[in-house]
Amino acid sequence: MTVIDAEILSAGSGRRRTSIPQRVQPLAEVILAVDGLTVGTARADLVIDVSLEVRAGETLCLVGESGCGKSLTCLAAMGLTSEPLVVRNGHISFLGQSLSALGENQLADIRGRDMAMIFQDAMAALNPVRRVGMQIAEVLVVHRGLSWREAERRAIELIDSVGIPEPEVRSRAFPHQLSGGMCQRIMIAMALACRPKLLIADEATTALDVTTQAQILGLMRELQAETGAAMIFVTHDLGVVAEIADRVAVMYSGRVVETATVDELFEHPLHPYTRGLMACRLHATTTSHGRIAAIEGTVPSPSRRPAGCSFRPRCSFGTDACHSPPVLSRVVGDHRAACHFAGDFA
Amino acid sequence: MMRLQFILGKLLRGLLTLLLAVTFVFVVLRVSGDPVSMMLPDDTPPAIVAEYRVSLGLDKSLPEQYVRFIWSALHGDLGYSFRNDRPALTVVLERVPMTLLLGLSGFAITVVIGLLTGIAAALKRGTSIDHAAMAFSIFGHSMPNFFLAILMILLFSMTWRVLPSSGGATWWHLILPAVTLGIINAGTVARFTRSSMLEVLHQPYMRTARAKGLRLTRRVMSHAIPNAAIPVVTVLGLRLGGLIAGAVVIETVFAWPGIGLMLVNAVSQRDLPVVQTIVLLVALTMVVTNFVVDLTYGWLDPRIENRQSKEG
Repeated sequence: MTVIDAEILSAGSGRRRTSIPQRVQPLAEVILAVDGLTVGTARADLVIDVSLEVRAGETLCLVGESGCGKSLTCLAAMGLTSEPLVVRNGHISFLGQSLSALGENQLADIRGRDMAMIFQDAMAALNPVRRVGMQIAEVLVVHRGLSWREAERRAIELIDSVGIPEPEVRSRAFPHQLSGGMCQRIMIAMALACRPKLLIADEATTALDVTTQAQILGLMRELQAETGAAMIFVTHDLGVVAEIADRVAVMYSGRVVETATVDELFEHPLHPYTRGLMACRLHATTTSHGRIAAIEGTVPSPSRRPAGCSFRPRCSFGTDACHSPPVLSRVVGDHRAACHFAGDFA
Repeated sequence: MMRLQFILGKLLRGLLTLLLAVTFVFVVLRVSGDPVSMMLPDDTPPAIVAEYRVSLGLDKSLPEQYVRFIWSALHGDLGYSFRNDRPALTVVLERVPMTLLLGLSGFAITVVIGLLTGIAAALKRGTSIDHAAMAFSIFGHSMPNFFLAILMILLFSMTWRVLPSSGGATWWHLILPAVTLGIINAGTVARFTRSSMLEVLHQPYMRTARAKGLRLTRRVMSHAIPNAAIPVVTVLGLRLGGLIAGAVVIETVFAWPGIGLMLVNAVSQRDLPVVQTIVLLVALTMVVTNFVVDLTYGWLDPRIENRQSKEG
C-alpha cells in the first residue's frame, strides 16, 4: 500500500499556531547567504548545490532525515569542514563578506563572536576536563579581550540568563556533573556570550526530554528576540519546526527539495517527500486508524543515488520524467520545490 | 571516606607487590646456585666452606632463612653484603644518586622528545613530519637498548672521539648514557602521545573549540593537551617507575657506577643481600610511582574521582 496518498496529505497540517503575523520584515539584513554549496568526501557528494538565506531576526529550520546533509551544511556555513570533507563548490557570504576569502585566523575571529553554533549532544561537545564556567569565559577572553576574572563573572551572569539555578556553583562544575539539559543550556550560554548575529543550532534539543526541550526552545526564542540574531535550526522534529520556524528548508539526500514559509509548508506541502514527512507525524487521526504512517524505503546512500530525482524509488508519483533531475524552482510566491510535478500539487 | 578507602586499598596492593617481588628473588637466588662455592676458591677445605655457610646463615632450611629475612627486613635490616661486610642497604644507597642522575636526565630527554614528537606528528598527520616522527618512534622502540648504546659509543667515542664512553666521573660522561636512555623510551612515548592526541582531536569538544573561534595554539594547549595527557601520564609514570631498574643494561654498557651495574655484579657474585636490597628498592619505586600516577589522574581528569567514589 502506498503510504503517501492524497487523503493523508490533505490532513497533513497540524500546526498549533494557525495564523501568525509575519515576524520578519522583508527588508531585514541578509546575515548568511549560501549559494550552490556542494560538500563531499572523495567518494561522494554529501551536500549538493544547496542555497539558503537567513535574515536578521529570522529563524530558518533545516528539516530532513538523518544523513541528509543538514548538519554538514551548517558546518560548512561556519567554515568548520575538515578532512576528509571538502567544500567542492559554492559561495558562502556572511554579513556580505565572502567566507572563502578569509584565512583561518580571520575565520576564527568571526566564529564565536559573530556566528556561533550549538551542537547536538552538549555533554560530548563540552570539554570534559575544564569547568563549564571557564569554557564560557574563554569565548569572552578571546573575542572581547576581557580578563579571566571579569570573563568568569560574566559567564556566571550568562549561566543565570539561560535559567540554570545556582549559577555560581554550576559555573565551577565539570560537564559530567551536570544533566544533559543543563549542558545544553551551558552550550547556549557559550554561543550567546558575544551576542552573535547568526546562531546555528544543530539538533540542539533532540537529545532532551520534551519538557526540557520546550524550555530550551522558549529560551532560544526569547534570546533571539532580544538580540535580533538570525537563527538556523536543524531538526528532524516537525513539532519543533512548527514551534520555532519562520521559514523551512526540507533536505533530502543532500539537496534542498523544498523551501517555504512555515505556514505555507505545513498547509500546502508540494514535494512528495515533504508530504510524506507530514504524513509521518503522529496525531490523533492516524493513531485512531491504528497504524503509523511511514515513508517506504530508505534514503539512498550518497554513493548510490539514482539518476534523476533521488526520491524517485520511494515516490508514489514517480514517472519517466523523474529520471531527469528536477530543479528547485519557484511554484507559488516564495514557495520553491524540486519536483517535476510540484505545480500539479499547488 | 571513599578517598581514604581508595588510598588504603592502593597501599595494601603496593605492599603485596613488594612482598611478591622480594619472595620471588629470594627463592630463585637460593635455588639457582650456592653463593659460598662461588665466593671461595675451588680447593677450599670443606670445613671452611661449612663455616662460611654458618656465618652467612645459609646452613638453615629455606623457609627458616626466609622467615628470618622478612623479620629483619621489617626491622629495617636487610643484611650484610657478602662481599664487603657492610650493611647491604648502605652499600646500595651509596649508588642511588648516580642512578637517579642518569635516570632523571634520560627521563627528561624522553619527556621532551617524546611529547613534542608525538604532538607534532598528530597535528601534522599524514605529512612528512608525521612519517618522520613515526619512523623515529619505531626506531626507538625496536632498537635494542644495548645495541643503540654500543652504536653511540662507536660513533661518539671511537670514531669522532668527542665524548667519553665509560665511567661517571664528569658531566661529559652523563651525555651518552642519558641520551641513549632518552631516545629508547622517547619512541614509545611519542607513539602513545600521537595516538592519544589523534583521538582527542576528533572529539566533539575540539570541534566546539573551533566553533568558539579559538586559534590553533589555544585549541591545542588548553583543550587537546589536557585531555590527551591523561593516558600519556600512565606511560610516563611507568617509565619513571622503571627508572632505577631500566638503567641496568645502559649502566653496564657505559660502566655507569649506579645500582644497575651493581645489581649485575651482585647477581654474578651471588651477593644475595645486595641483590635482595636492590630488587626491593626497584619494586618500591615502581609501587610509589604507580601510586603517584593514580593520584595525578584524579587531578588531570575530574571524572575519575566520581568513578572511584561510585565504585566504593
